[in-house]
Parts: sequence; structure tokens; C-alpha cells
Amino acid sequence: MEPIKTIRSRTVVMPGTNIDTDQIMPARFLTTTTRAGIAKHLFADWRYDRDGKPIADFILNQPAAVGCQILVAGRNIGCGSSREHAPWGLYDFGFRAVISSEIADIFKNNSLKNGLLPIVVDEATLQWLIANPGAELTIDLERCTVTLPTGTVVSFSIESFARYCLLNGVDETGYLLAQSDAIAQHEARAQ
Amino acid sequence: MPSTLFEKIWAAHQVVAETADTPAVLYVDLHLTHEVTTPQAFTMLRERGLKVRRPDRTFATMDHSTPTDTDQLFGRVPIKLVSAAKQIEQFDQNCKEFGIELLGLTHEDRGIVHIIGPELGLTQPGKTIVCGDSHTSTHGAFGALAFGIGTTEVGQVLATQCLLQRKAHSLAVNVEGALPAGVTAKDLVLAIIRKLGVSGGTGSVIEYRGSTIRALSMDERMTVCNMSIEAGARAGLVAPDETTFAYLKGRPHAPAGAAWDQALARWRTLVTDDGAVFDREIHIDATQLKPMITYGTHPGMSVAIDEAIPNLTHDVVFQKAMDYMGLTPGQHMLGQKIDAVFVGSCTNARLSDLRAAAHIMRGRQVAAGVTCLIVPGSQRIKREAEREGLDQIFIAAGAQWRESGCSMCLGMNGDLVARGAYCVSTSNRNFEGRQGIGSRTLLASPAMAAASAIAGCVADPRAMTA
Repeated sequence: MEPIKTIRSRTVVMPGTNIDTDQIMPARFLTTTTRAGIAKHLFADWRYDRDGKPIADFILNQPAAVGCQILVAGRNIGCGSSREHAPWGLYDFGFRAVISSEIADIFKNNSLKNGLLPIVVDEATLQWLIANPGAELTIDLERCTVTLPTGTVVSFSIESFARYCLLNGVDETGYLLAQSDAIAQHEARAQ
Repeated sequence: MPSTLFEKIWAAHQVVAETADTPAVLYVDLHLTHEVTTPQAFTMLRERGLKVRRPDRTFATMDHSTPTDTDQLFGRVPIKLVSAAKQIEQFDQNCKEFGIELLGLTHEDRGIVHIIGPELGLTQPGKTIVCGDSHTSTHGAFGALAFGIGTTEVGQVLATQCLLQRKAHSLAVNVEGALPAGVTAKDLVLAIIRKLGVSGGTGSVIEYRGSTIRALSMDERMTVCNMSIEAGARAGLVAPDETTFAYLKGRPHAPAGAAWDQALARWRTLVTDDGAVFDREIHIDATQLKPMITYGTHPGMSVAIDEAIPNLTHDVVFQKAMDYMGLTPGQHMLGQKIDAVFVGSCTNARLSDLRAAAHIMRGRQVAAGVTCLIVPGSQRIKREAEREGLDQIFIAAGAQWRESGCSMCLGMNGDLVARGAYCVSTSNRNFEGRQGIGSRTLLASPAMAAASAIAGCVADPRAMTA
């Protein structure tokens, strides 16, 4: 995985609360057996009309969304299904961070494993971000800060090992595989 | 020091303890797998030249994409959804290649992964159980620490039998008193989710406690634990007791003989000690509960059957949900016209759920214009129901009796609710489009679903069982 240190980008804002993973990636696209081309199904039911044409009003169809790497979402994004297809779709679309005041557990875990930073900020910061769509932010993963265009610096916390892996491009699966002896000892003890 | 049940299971499975810098390496006793969330994990194993570390602790079935139509299931006609057929075929190959026991498409024990784990006795107290599916929380009903994981984690468990985990917070949901007549476990869990909110359990493992929980059957405990994730919780637990042991005894994968006695002695220690402290506790009075139904687009948006939809029109998300559902604040759900009924899913497709639906549908007819799908949770349940003649009650009433699977809970196999149609569903999620693009899901118990199928509108099951 590519190391991530900083992300500088404008935001795309989806203010709704409880955006569940069924919205992010509807179930009918889960019959795929690869990750290829999954971005085209991202938010499919909000993004396309019944004829499959893009709905102009939807934020991801607007010119301002092009090239944005940061998604700001209302409280509790990613609730519901454990489908990793949701963060895969967001990443494949070009997002590298999701900011909210609360992020559902499994979605947060899945995001961390795919180079998509789940960033939890306080409610006041979230409300500022919602009120200022397209704001240019700098996310510094080393310092765990988000810098707003006003100069305000907001700290966030992120699981320390996931942060280490993301900063250094270290692969978690490799780390687990290296625990093989300890795992074998546990298996011997627990028999 | 007194410990909670969660802390005991956690401690027994830490391969490497958690530190400030690194999460715990947590051992997984049972890894359940299915066709939808595993293909990319097997690809990862192939790319890295890895094997499955413990095929004997890995178990596979097919449920999400599988047809519920008998002819398609048994290969008399091709599976209609080509992408689903391909996914099923690939899972078959993956299990063969990696030496994983699979209850394939036509196996007599196949079924929804969270139904067959308990049914076959694979699910046992004190185990850690994971699956690439958020409703893995169901298995917590046996006092197992069971939670959903993503596909990257599925790959990690296949390769190492372990996961990297931070210890969750503990949340006690204390429920006291007898459930009133006609009020079910589904109504109870919908009431719990309403009280906690859909993110109230985030970061937590719930332990359901109290006299109400102790009085529940295993089927009912599974319904409650199943929906823990709808309150955002990582997992839900019920301490094992005589009800649990009686359910497990004699199941195909349950310990037998001397091993049973040893297991029983171990399982009896799996309780929260007196004096153990939870990070948070809530209390619910079961005697005040009524049959519940959802009206919105997440499982926390529910009302008691005699209660009006609240008026929160200042809230744009609430208003969006009302627009999507085509409902009006202040309206009562009772009498709301419906188009479909689904009795099924890992929440409510066990034998007792089918009996509850059949009890109401016996000798009655599904209302004109209502499509009613009854989908048993497993092929075993299907056979047991047929032995009792439940299938004949459903068919005589005009309902469709199907092969087991996830079916209309999420419509991956093509069992869909039409755009704009209302479906009273015994499943777990009423998200926008969950049962098909534009579908409008009303979550309820099997009894309310059956009563509504007969009435052609949302109905109070108590009026039909009196």
C-alpha cells in the first residue's frame, strides 16, 4: 500500500445523517467477484435515474465534485452492512478521507484497511464543514490534524497501529502473518 | 477482580495483548464464510501464495445470492441472475481449492449462515466467531463473542485465524418483566434500538441481561442479538444458561459424551460476575412494550402499533425519509395499505417464527393484491416446517413457500419488492432501496407480517389471535 502522510483537497459534502452502506453500494452490485470498476456503482440509487442517467442535482454528479478527495458526511456514516464494497467504491471514485462526527465501526475498520482515512471530528467542526462545502482542507496524518481554510487546526484521533501502517505503507496482513509462532502457542494452549 | 462475560471471552482469546501502539491479536475459533464477501479474500490468498491456516475452523455455505425458486436451486432451470450464478460457482471452486467444508447449493443442511451455525451446533458458548456479514452478532445469543468483519479481515482470518482488534466498550441492556401477550422478541429489539438510537451502540459490545432475556427461547435470543448491529453495536451477548445447553445438546457439531460434560462445566463459568462494572447500562421495562413497526428508513424509526408517526418536520433527514416512504407525520401505521409481505431472514426465519406466522394464516387468505413470500432460514427448517404441515397452511392461504436463503431481505438473488411498494418484512433493515430500488420496508415481527398479509394493510396481530 502507498504511504499516506497528508491529503490536501476540497470537500464534497453530504449532510444527511446515518448514510448506510446500502446507499454507498447497493446490494445488487455485490455479486462482483473483483474490485474492478466499482466506482461506477457508488451511491448508484442517488446518482442515477431509472434510465441510468446521472441526476444533475446529486453532489457527486456536479463539476465541483471532480477531483475532490475528502467526503464530509452527516453523523454515523457507514452504518449497516459490513460490505467492504462501500469503502472500495469511495476509494475507487477518488476519495482518500471521510470526515464525520461519528463513523460506524465496521465501515471505519474497512476504510482503514483500504487507505481511506475515517476522521471523526467534534460536532461543531462537522457543522462548519457542512456549512462550507468545497472548503480546502489539509489533513496531516502524522500530526493527526485537519487544517481549515480559516487557519483553525482541529485534532482527531485514529487507531495508532492503523495510523502507523498508513504512514509507512505497512501491510497489516504481513504483520499478522509474522505472529505465526504466538498463534501456534495459543492453539497449543487452547486445545 | 469481577469480570463481565465479554471480558472473559476476550481474555481467553488474546494471542498477543493490546498495547498503546498495537491492537490485540485475537484468535478466532470459528470463521463462517459465504459467497458474497469472500471472493476478493481468496484472490488475496492466491496472490500471496497463502493457504487457509485452519480449514477445520472455517465453515462455508451459500445464502445471499442463492435462488429461492426450487427449479433454479436444484438446477432444473438455469439460475436467472447470471452474476449470482457466477459468484456461486466461484465460491464452490474457492472452497474446493482451499479445502474448506462447504454446504453447497443443493446440500440438505444449507441455509442462512447465521441460522445454520446454531442449528448445526457449530455456534457454542465462549467461542469467538466472525463472518463477513454484520449480522454475525446473532451467534452472541449463545454467549459467543461474534461480530461482522470486512473482506480484508476475512482474508486475514483465512490466512492467520486471527484479527487485529481493540477491545470494545461494554454496554448492559437490562430488560425486566414479562413481555405482554402478543409482544415478541422482534418488538423488544425494535424498542431497544429506538431507545439506544442507530449509533447508540457504536464501539460497544452489548450484554442483554435481566429476567425478560432469561425467559426468552434461543430463537428469541437470536432475534434480539441479530439486530445489535442496527444499534451500531459490534456484538450482542446473552450469558449461556440451561436454555442454551438444552438447545445445543445432541446437535451435529456439539460436543458429545465426556466432552459434553467438560464443555458444560466450562460454559457454566461464562457469566458476568457479581460486581463487574459495565461502561454503560440502560434499563427497559418489558411490561410496557407493544407490537412495534418501523415507518422510516432506518431501524430506529419505529412506533408501537397504536402510536402515531412523530412530527419532526424541522429535521431534513426525517422529512426525506417521510418523502421516500410516502408517509405523513402524525399518521398511524395501523391500516396502512401494503403490497408485499416477507417472512424470512436471519432475524426471523426460524421454525418458531414460521409457526407464529402460520398460527395467524391458518384458515385465512392473503388479501388480494398482496404478494406474500415465506422463506425458511435453512433447508432443515424447511423440512421441519413441512413435517408439521406449515407449508400447506401458507400455500392454502395464497402465500409462496420457497427454498431457504437471504432472499428479499436484500434482494441480491432477484427476490425484490417493486418500486414504491410497501412490504411488511420480518428482516432487519428498512434502508432506502434495501429490498429493491424504491422499495418501502416496514419492519415487524412474523406475527404482524402474517396479520398484515391477511388484512392487506398493517394489522395488529393481537386482534387475530384473541
